[in-house]
Amino acid sequence: MMKAQNVIEVDNLSKLFGDFVAVNQISFHVKAGEIFGFLGANGAGKTTAMKMLIGISSPSSGKATVAGFDVYKQAESIKKNIGYMSQKFALYDDLTVKENITFFGGIYGLSKKQIDQKRCELVEELGLQEVTNSLVASLPLGWKQKLAFSVSLLHEPKIVFLDEPTGGVDPITRRQFWELIYKAAHNGTTIFVTTHYMDEAEYCDRVSIMVNGKIDALDTPKKLKEQYKTDTMNDVFLKLARG
Amino acid sequence: MGILVKNISKSYGKVTALSNISLDVKPGELYGLIGPDGAGKTTLFRILTTLLIADKGQATVTGFDVLSDYKSIRNSVGYMPGRFSLYQDLTVEENLNFFATIFGTSIAENYDLIKDIYVQIEPFKNRRAGKLSGGMKQKLALSCALIHKPKVLFLDEPTTGVDPVSRKEFWEMLKRLQQKGITILVSTPYMDEAALCDRIALIQGGKILEIDIPKAIVGHFLKPLYNISASNMYSLITSLTHYEHTYSVFPFGEFVHYTDKREAMNVEEIKSYLVQQGLTNIHIELTQPTIEDTFMELAK
Repeated sequence: MMKAQNVIEVDNLSKLFGDFVAVNQISFHVKAGEIFGFLGANGAGKTTAMKMLIGISSPSSGKATVAGFDVYKQAESIKKNIGYMSQKFALYDDLTVKENITFFGGIYGLSKKQIDQKRCELVEELGLQEVTNSLVASLPLGWKQKLAFSVSLLHEPKIVFLDEPTGGVDPITRRQFWELIYKAAHNGTTIFVTTHYMDEAEYCDRVSIMVNGKIDALDTPKKLKEQYKTDTMNDVFLKLARG
Repeated sequence: MGILVKNISKSYGKVTALSNISLDVKPGELYGLIGPDGAGKTTLFRILTTLLIADKGQATVTGFDVLSDYKSIRNSVGYMPGRFSLYQDLTVEENLNFFATIFGTSIAENYDLIKDIYVQIEPFKNRRAGKLSGGMKQKLALSCALIHKPKVLFLDEPTTGVDPVSRKEFWEMLKRLQQKGITILVSTPYMDEAALCDRIALIQGGKILEIDIPKAIVGHFLKPLYNISASNMYSLITSLTHYEHTYSVFPFGEFVHYTDKREAMNVEEIKSYLVQQGLTNIHIELTQPTIEDTFMELAK
């Protein structure tokens, strides 16, 4: 049963706002444990597509399941079974590191014991021992993003959606962030990630590129570079998105 | 008469934002401040645009002192802050008109300078700024920063969160503005954009790590750098991280960039170590350091 291994299945999914077709009949699947890069220019429809997949926007037509749940009928189940973090909002700035972990653990329905255990593991792994009682606002951006990623994994979701998680982060921390992603994928978590850093596109197992609401390319970075006869994903992106 | 910064320091309470920064930007130069979030880039911009007073040091912009001649500076520079700061409930045209009027000029008078950029948003001139897409907001903000024909343009992270295509177009616009004689100081967290500047200052934690032309900056990376790839990226990174001779290991596109602690490293030895760790398809080759490698090495 190949099908059971797909954590995301999308079939002709569309979203219209009035006459405007934001997402135009996209189809793809994401396998369990895969790092899937979801790329596209600003305004190509990435965010709209992602909102449908995480169960906060109902599609206009087409089919999609995420973690085995239908995006139309089981949006609440999807939300419980996925992790999500974005560049814009991830943690509460005016709560401490500890309070954020406790808060999100509570939201995801973890017991107090589970939360305590997860918190210890997480603080240890990220080396945050010194700042557990500091406000998140006082942390450097890169630390915040690493913490936010770990928090999005608290309830051990099958899949985690990352919306431009590394924007503006320094090059070293950006790489440490990707090492966390690799580790999560290695442990079986499926990663669905958007980024504007084309070197990060290379870190993905497969990459899709959206242009004007459609998926114009989908393959491994290696094959995409071969197909478009270039050495870098940046050139692939420029060729596609410029038409 | 470009920009001169001498021993500038600035702290916010206990946090040091800038620590004894010095640099000079020549007239007509396209100068890049390259560094991540929190490096102090915005603080420097705010000091040079006279919106913030430094604790120590001196700075001049087109020959005017940031303290005693701040009014002259405000008339002769354009500033595009990192956060979108136009009036969201005014239309595109109203915003532009507003900025032209406060500088005692008109859109017609300097239309030539902004034409290239403004024509792209002119079809939406009656749309409120708050309703524009990210790319269009950026073009409007640049038009507003240019409408009084400034001698110096300050651009604080104009391309953060912008896709590669729009970033490329934006840099092409900057090159055209430079040809019109405008001095440009631009900040960015994208290391690939550094190569497009005449000169760059790498900045982190309020300190300047290095200043040079982009081609020469990689000369500050002294160790031999290797591209390593293998069947499994995660195991490769983990294995190399635990290797006794590893100096640095960073994922870099399809490869890992590796440097060794030893003077002369033994490629075959690393290969057999990686084979022992269960890796296959191992490739190791020398490669040229990039600006990003150099930044990471200097920031270590």
